[in-house]
Amino acid sequence: MEITKLTVHELQEKLKAKELTITDITKAYVDNIEKHEKDVQAFITPITDEAIKNAENIQAKVDSGEIKGSLAGIPIGIKDNICTKGIKTTCASKMLENFVSPYNATIMEKIEAENMINLGKLNMDEFAMGASTEYSYFKKTRNPWNLNTVPGGSSGGSAAAVASNMVPWAIGSDTGGSIRQPSSFCGVVGLKPTYGLVSRYGLVAFASSLDQIGPITKDVTDAAILLNVISGHDEKDTTSVNKEKVDYNKALKGDVKGLKIGLPKEYFGEGINPEVKEKLNEAIETYKKLGATVEECSLNIADYALATYYIIACAEASSNLGRFDGIRYGYRTQNYESLKDIYRNSRSEGFGPEVKRRIILGTYVLSSGYYDAYYKKAQQVRTLVKKEFDKAFEKYDVLLTPTSPTVAFEIGTRSNNPLEMYLADICTVSVNIAGLPGISVPCGVDSKGMPIGMQLIGNKFAEETILNAAYTYEQEFKFREKYNPEFKKV
Amino acid sequence: MQVSREELLHIAKLADLNLKEEEIDTYLIHLQDILNFANIVSKAPVENLSETIGENDSYNVFRKDEVKVFEDNEALLQNAPEKERNMFKIPKVIQ
Repeated sequence: MEITKLTVHELQEKLKAKELTITDITKAYVDNIEKHEKDVQAFITPITDEAIKNAENIQAKVDSGEIKGSLAGIPIGIKDNICTKGIKTTCASKMLENFVSPYNATIMEKIEAENMINLGKLNMDEFAMGASTEYSYFKKTRNPWNLNTVPGGSSGGSAAAVASNMVPWAIGSDTGGSIRQPSSFCGVVGLKPTYGLVSRYGLVAFASSLDQIGPITKDVTDAAILLNVISGHDEKDTTSVNKEKVDYNKALKGDVKGLKIGLPKEYFGEGINPEVKEKLNEAIETYKKLGATVEECSLNIADYALATYYIIACAEASSNLGRFDGIRYGYRTQNYESLKDIYRNSRSEGFGPEVKRRIILGTYVLSSGYYDAYYKKAQQVRTLVKKEFDKAFEKYDVLLTPTSPTVAFEIGTRSNNPLEMYLADICTVSVNIAGLPGISVPCGVDSKGMPIGMQLIGNKFAEETILNAAYTYEQEFKFREKYNPEFKKV
Repeated sequence: MQVSREELLHIAKLADLNLKEEEIDTYLIHLQDILNFANIVSKAPVENLSETIGENDSYNVFRKDEVKVFEDNEALLQNAPEKERNMFKIPKVIQ
């Protein structure tokens, strides 16, 4: 039995049947990190020796009956923009290279309450700004399906670590596609929950009205299990929604008879790679075969959504990143005489080029003279986007699109052209603008063996609907039985 | 809209960023490209539509104003780039 190939729900069964111990599992993952990390480069801060100690501790407490709970001893990886008490949280930036959070993010409290084992902090684009993880200050993560290609981004470390079996599952964050797009590129499942379902307390803010934390997993069942752990109201995040807890496991019925699926034709147009379209069409046929009704529809916002996203996200980022001034934490320049010098030189030396580009763009669209033309307009388009989705969800339960217009691209081919990099987000951003849930599920590979992802979008708080739709498809298609990353160096 | 060099420098100053000479030209090109692309929002049919402020409909979220003491000063101060005793150190501000 290859332990690290198992999903979390399979690990749970083995633990329950006493076929495996918690220590066996953690050791297997630590061995796999040692085997693959040199090629994949997914971790900023791996936690291996301590993880084994933790595992032994937790095993002892489970044996003595002190700890109960079906997730005790399950390892996990965490994106490096989630605050972890006592462990570095760098946001893949020189600015926070040595930052150790004095407190835990709310989701870390929840994960620790389950006695899961943190295997480390995972690479990402600096401050989650990017679609390839190439904008990390520390390293470029590689896609385990082809080491010359990017894993996607910004949660590229999380997706690559799950795909290469270096962690059984991971936490990501998604502002414009940063969970779904890397999941698509790496052939894993990624869920961006409804805005407000998961507390953002302790997530280093990029664009506060768009950011959401979510799971990146090997399969849909694991996504439901991890969502059960991290969701829920939190007094520390005023935008988190106070609603009754749902058991997302119960949503996985394996039946989509009568489910109404809309295909927004704007997301199947010219910009979408033909091989991506072909696999999506096969998935659509599968849904029809399973008894869902599928119909073309229109979302007349696709043209505006990406521009609107970059205006709003950069505006919010320019404000959120104002806190990095070299005074209380973070990088401080050596080169200063006055307080103003500290601010300006620390920021100029501490932030990377893409972060500065977005701060400048955000400051520009908020500045006097341009506010009405860009920011105000974008906020109005945001209302339009919501209305268009509302209309669509009157008719359909789920909207189905590609997750990304292409498969993973080669390292270095887009990093010098920001606009081209932004186009990688074209299918995912409107979901964040409207605050909806979206899941990416693998639906095949292209002629070069690179994974293709399908995105299912649901109405607000309809996670159960999209999880069931994704699960039912997954049970039929069985992606993980057919395809596995080979760590190719082409 | 054409972005001038002076405008870019003004914006960078507002954002507390210095731009090196070689950065200015690249940022000008990139900013211009992105803004040309972003201009599409001016064509969106948004007459009479209100602006979305924040993602939820909730407006003010209140809670009791209770004092919670955070005692781990050491953990806070370990991130200080410069400190003296239990204080963050900065250059003299008042001349």
